[in-house]
Amino acid sequence: MQIIENIYSILRSIGLVFMHAFHKRETVQYPDEKPYLAPRWRGRIVLTRDPDGAERCVGCYLCAVACPVGCIALQTTEDETGRRYPEFFRINFSRCIFCGYCEEACPTYAIQLTPDFEMCEYKRQNLVYEKEDLLISGPGKYPDYNFYRVAGLAIGGKGKGEAENESAPVDPRGLLL
Amino acid sequence: MMSILWPLITIALALGIMLTSASALVWLERRMLALWQDRYGPNRVGPFGLLQVIADTLKMFFKEDWIPPFADKTVFFIAPMVIMTTALLSVAVVPFAPGFSVVDLNIGLLFFLAMSSMGVYSVALAGWASNNKYSLLGGLRASAQMISYEVFMGLSLMGVVMLAGSFNLRDIVEAQEHLWFCVPQFIGLVIFCIAGLAETHRIPFDLPEAESELVAGFHSEYSGMKFGMFFVGEYLGITLISAMIVTLFFGGWYGPILPPIIWFFLKVFVFQCGFILLRATLPRLRYDQLMSFGWKYMLPLSLINILITGAIILAKR
Amino acid sequence: MATIYIDDKPYEVKDGQNLLQACLSLGLNLSYFCWHPALGSVGACRQCAVKQFKDENDKQGRLVMSCMTPASANIRISIGDAEAKEFRQDVIEHLMTNHPHDCPVCDEGGECHLQDMTVMSGHHDREYRFKKRTHINQDLGPFINHEMNRCIQCYRCVRYYRDYAGGRDFNVFASHDNVYFGRHEPGTLESEFSGNLVEVCPTGVFTDKTQKKHYTRRWDLQVAPSICVHCGLGCNTTPGERYGQLRRIRNRYNGEVNGYFLCDRGRYGYEFVNSAQRVKQVVYRRRDDAGVETVEKAVKGDVLRYLARLLADGATAIGIGSPRASVETNFALRALVGPENYFTGMTALETRLVSSMIEILKTGPARTPSLDEIGDADAVLVLGEDVTNVAPMMALRLRQSVRNEPMAVAHKIGIPDWNDAAVRGAVQTKKGPLFIATPAATKLDEIATSTYNAAPDNLARLGYAVANAIDPEAPTGDRVSAEVRQLAETIATALKGAKKPLVIAGASCANECIIQAAANIVWALCKTEHAAALSFTAPECNSVGAALLGGRSLDEAIQTVRDGRADVVIIAENDLYRRAKRADVDALFEHAKHVVVIDHSPTATTAKAEVTLPAAAFPEGDGTFVNNEGRAQRFIQVYVPEGDVQESWRWLRALRVATGKADVAEWATLDLALASVEEAVPALSGVRNCAPPPAFRALGQKVPRQAHRYSGRTAMRANINVSEPKIQEDPDSPLTFSMEGYRGELPASLLPSFWAPGWNSAQALTRFQEEIGGPLRGGDPGVRLIEPAAGSAPAYFGDAPKVFAVRKNDRLAVSLYHIFGSEELSALSPPLAERIPALYAALSPSDAEALEVANGDTVELRLNGAAWRAPVSVRPDLPRGTVGVPAGLAAAEFLSAPAWISVEKVSAT
Repeated sequence: MQIIENIYSILRSIGLVFMHAFHKRETVQYPDEKPYLAPRWRGRIVLTRDPDGAERCVGCYLCAVACPVGCIALQTTEDETGRRYPEFFRINFSRCIFCGYCEEACPTYAIQLTPDFEMCEYKRQNLVYEKEDLLISGPGKYPDYNFYRVAGLAIGGKGKGEAENESAPVDPRGLLL
Repeated sequence: MMSILWPLITIALALGIMLTSASALVWLERRMLALWQDRYGPNRVGPFGLLQVIADTLKMFFKEDWIPPFADKTVFFIAPMVIMTTALLSVAVVPFAPGFSVVDLNIGLLFFLAMSSMGVYSVALAGWASNNKYSLLGGLRASAQMISYEVFMGLSLMGVVMLAGSFNLRDIVEAQEHLWFCVPQFIGLVIFCIAGLAETHRIPFDLPEAESELVAGFHSEYSGMKFGMFFVGEYLGITLISAMIVTLFFGGWYGPILPPIIWFFLKVFVFQCGFILLRATLPRLRYDQLMSFGWKYMLPLSLINILITGAIILAKR
Repeated sequence: MATIYIDDKPYEVKDGQNLLQACLSLGLNLSYFCWHPALGSVGACRQCAVKQFKDENDKQGRLVMSCMTPASANIRISIGDAEAKEFRQDVIEHLMTNHPHDCPVCDEGGECHLQDMTVMSGHHDREYRFKKRTHINQDLGPFINHEMNRCIQCYRCVRYYRDYAGGRDFNVFASHDNVYFGRHEPGTLESEFSGNLVEVCPTGVFTDKTQKKHYTRRWDLQVAPSICVHCGLGCNTTPGERYGQLRRIRNRYNGEVNGYFLCDRGRYGYEFVNSAQRVKQVVYRRRDDAGVETVEKAVKGDVLRYLARLLADGATAIGIGSPRASVETNFALRALVGPENYFTGMTALETRLVSSMIEILKTGPARTPSLDEIGDADAVLVLGEDVTNVAPMMALRLRQSVRNEPMAVAHKIGIPDWNDAAVRGAVQTKKGPLFIATPAATKLDEIATSTYNAAPDNLARLGYAVANAIDPEAPTGDRVSAEVRQLAETIATALKGAKKPLVIAGASCANECIIQAAANIVWALCKTEHAAALSFTAPECNSVGAALLGGRSLDEAIQTVRDGRADVVIIAENDLYRRAKRADVDALFEHAKHVVVIDHSPTATTAKAEVTLPAAAFPEGDGTFVNNEGRAQRFIQVYVPEGDVQESWRWLRALRVATGKADVAEWATLDLALASVEEAVPALSGVRNCAPPPAFRALGQKVPRQAHRYSGRTAMRANINVSEPKIQEDPDSPLTFSMEGYRGELPASLLPSFWAPGWNSAQALTRFQEEIGGPLRGGDPGVRLIEPAAGSAPAYFGDAPKVFAVRKNDRLAVSLYHIFGSEELSALSPPLAERIPALYAALSPSDAEALEVANGDTVELRLNGAAWRAPVSVRPDLPRGTVGVPAGLAAAEFLSAPAWISVEKVSAT
């Protein structure tokens, strides 16, 4: 009995596959027909700026360490006020697999993936993007967030105790403390 | 004059038809698989992507023909030629239409079986000569598989031979003028189809080259046109098995209205598509399942088939 | 051993531990903050709470702090108990209320104990909705960055800085959640060990300011086991490299050497490696007939051929080695020029001093203690050494050793050693016997029982007197004053009464009698069945190794060249101008036809060389150093340097090959070179064993230099070429320049860094130790080459020197050491620059009075035609008739004792 069932099952499968000849095709004829890309599409990576127009990236290296192919290299540095920013920020798109882990790891919303994947080059070397190539002028998908407004680090224009939810600095020499 | 020229023309035609259909089959397979998987397949090169075949062939020709330094060079060189040669030689006995076959051998069927057995050498030698463990495994699998399935491939055809009373393929076709052997020899047909799949090591019997297990099996180390020969050999095999199914079970060139040769190729085309449909549907077997299926089911079944056929023929007398 | 039950499973633990130590040693995860293996327990943070049960039927249990509970036999505890877990989670949540939201810009991130413990305890949601307390930071000098907002009030920093390291300019201020850890006012931290705050602090309050300038996360650093080159103690370090630049030095635990800490010179002296002035290319200095010099960069192959020609033409070549070059380099030089033409590179005096130290340790009955054992001594006499400035980590050990004797008080009332607050309460300010006899006051004087400042000869006389007081057979000097005799008696009594007496001496006073006096004292103690130990400081990182290799002195080398017996002079990693008189070295350069210098940093000597070959600095090559204890230790290449830079011994090998003295296969690897060393120099046999050979594999794999999280491997060099280069090969060690390889238990000499799952900070160390504070699993790195001889003790050294006689016009030069500045290489590091003192000439008040000078006046020092002007610094501790000159800063002739210098006032014009 089992054998008949099995034979039937095979024949039925063959029939079902054959019937696919009359189904609509799923393929999108890409260059002629552009597909819809969702805003959260994981394409070309950009570095964004905070609402004040300053670089969002603080050079924490979390994107680099999250990257499974190791295609992000950067060096952090500081301006004279203590604000961190990347001295260089390099993505080797010839290695990038667009997994989006860098975006997930980024604590400042600086690195974001965009709905653009048309970035072929004839030379692989041209797929190495430096900070100048990556940095855009806007805040990307997260218009309001500004890391330094939340973080307790003092930078130019924001002293100790001036971040969100911070009280004024304590004077350890004060009485009754 | 004509007696020399005609066979030459026939040979040229047969060769031309088989090689063209083999390469066209590459394109056909990709298109058909795509069709059954709701895709398009190659559709950019030429009309319907037909020129894809030429593009692929050109690519194959211009690829580096690399012989690994660790390979047994002579054997490595010979192996792909064997599969092409045997497949093409088998074509010699196929009756395309009345009076249109390269030779009209009275042991045509045996010649076909003999030639398809020779194909094992190609695969086994390729696997051996590559000096690569995956290739060797592929070669070993292929030889065991082909030798096993050959046994009842031959046996499954004995019913047909008994009914037709001849090993001559022309006689067999002509014996089907009124009733195609697919009806009285249905079991034989099923067994032959399965054995034919195994002989050409097509999915679900593609264990010798199972890419998920053995990289590419016996032809892992082959590149360029040597690989091309294996490739073409495989598609020639499909065409050949389809042609044999048509000849032995589906009345060869017989058919109403259309000229016989058209009927023959129409039928062959249907079975080629059948092969592709099977590839689109079935997953690969496990190796032990393949062997036990052959020896435990197919062999007894083909023997029973011979017995019953013989008994009926005797009873009819 | 005791059996304890943790979560109903029996474990065998060592006696005398607390539960936290026991759990960590067993490899269990238990969070903690205020406990530190070197600082003990105070039970302040409440983070290590576990449930303790009366017996197996007790289901209720009670919470106890594991760091305050002894791991007594049959105690039953639970780490995983729900209540204990929740308690730990609550504690960390409260500790975190004011912690700022700044991990991305915090240098501690990625190796933060607070991060690890937060994850370990399971706290993930911040429920505190109110305002966070903030603090103003202080500028704590060039080494330490202060970010007080991140503080979780564990008090480890003050406990380390004040209680452990003896610093006084750092404290805790204010109260409750406002407590502030810092100085009373912004300013440079005075302690020589302030850098350890970076590793002691569980979070990012104190971070490495030098690393901040070229910041790299821990996981991005390429690291390898290394040895500090900035003094003779051979502390184990872990240098980290990124983008071809040395980014930082971290401590590498070695239970027998540096333990948990490093001094600031070792930690921050590394930047000379990154200097733009480094010798990175082969330089050829052409001098035409007119004497005009042109400097050009040369091609390596051409220069080697040129040098081979020079060496081949029947020319006599001499080699001058160096006590700061590795054993391999010195040996390769010796092999190139032949033992008869090889000179150690140390002056005659220095060679004699170091050789006599080795001789004393080899022939005498006294064992030289490891640095760790120095901390176990219970009575110490320091003879002639300013330990804090010469061998800083030894000073940190001595600060612990004075705690040993009064610890008996705590033991008597049953307080275990680890119960830090209770021990300190019981001991109060009592200190064990520590006697310091030095030419001038030292920083350790503050913990000394008594001190004695005198001229070097008088220090030696005190030593002889002490030996005589212990064993009347020992010789003593003539006319020993009652005061000295009294002091000697006191010292002798203290040493005799101790279980582990220790005498420390060295080469700082450049006086052999002091070394001999120290030997006499220890030998006298050994006669009285004491396990007395004798420790010498070594002037440089491989002084002992160079001395073990043997060879004639630099003075003889200069004489050889002057006599015209050498055509080619090859100098390896040695700045002769720092050692010998300027006139002598100038003469050497004048008489030598060709001078080849192999060095990594530009010096006065490289400036004179015809050919300069770029040598690898310590993180760029492999080699072996022998420290003051006679411990041979391997330093392994951290990164492959760019350009022609290679190890000096490789240059010398290349020269040997080029001259046809050796075939190409010879010394292809460090291991093969060391095999030749062992064969040729029996005194150094064993150096090969201080690290596994290059063929060593752990489970068939090499050891990775990069963390498993190492990032950017496909992008780091993409700006140069998008195709990644092949992984560099290392023929000299089983380490690989990659992320792939074996991570786990390894021979300690190969451990690139300490990391365990869930333990990203330096605290991961507990996973690699046999017990807390004990040796690393598989034994601490290093092989001791010097062990005391069995059998009868040698005869005492002869008579003591005469009483130091003050001369009328000349004054005896006394070297005054400075932790920052006296050592050659660290002085080239920019972060140290602002800590290097200005030049001075120190005079005793009576001398100053005689010369009619006051602080700040300029004096001129004159010796053998050389003159040098410096401002006067009047120091009351300096003995009369001497002039103190800063070691390593003043010209060499004023430091090469015994130098009698004429000092004259320069009238301000």
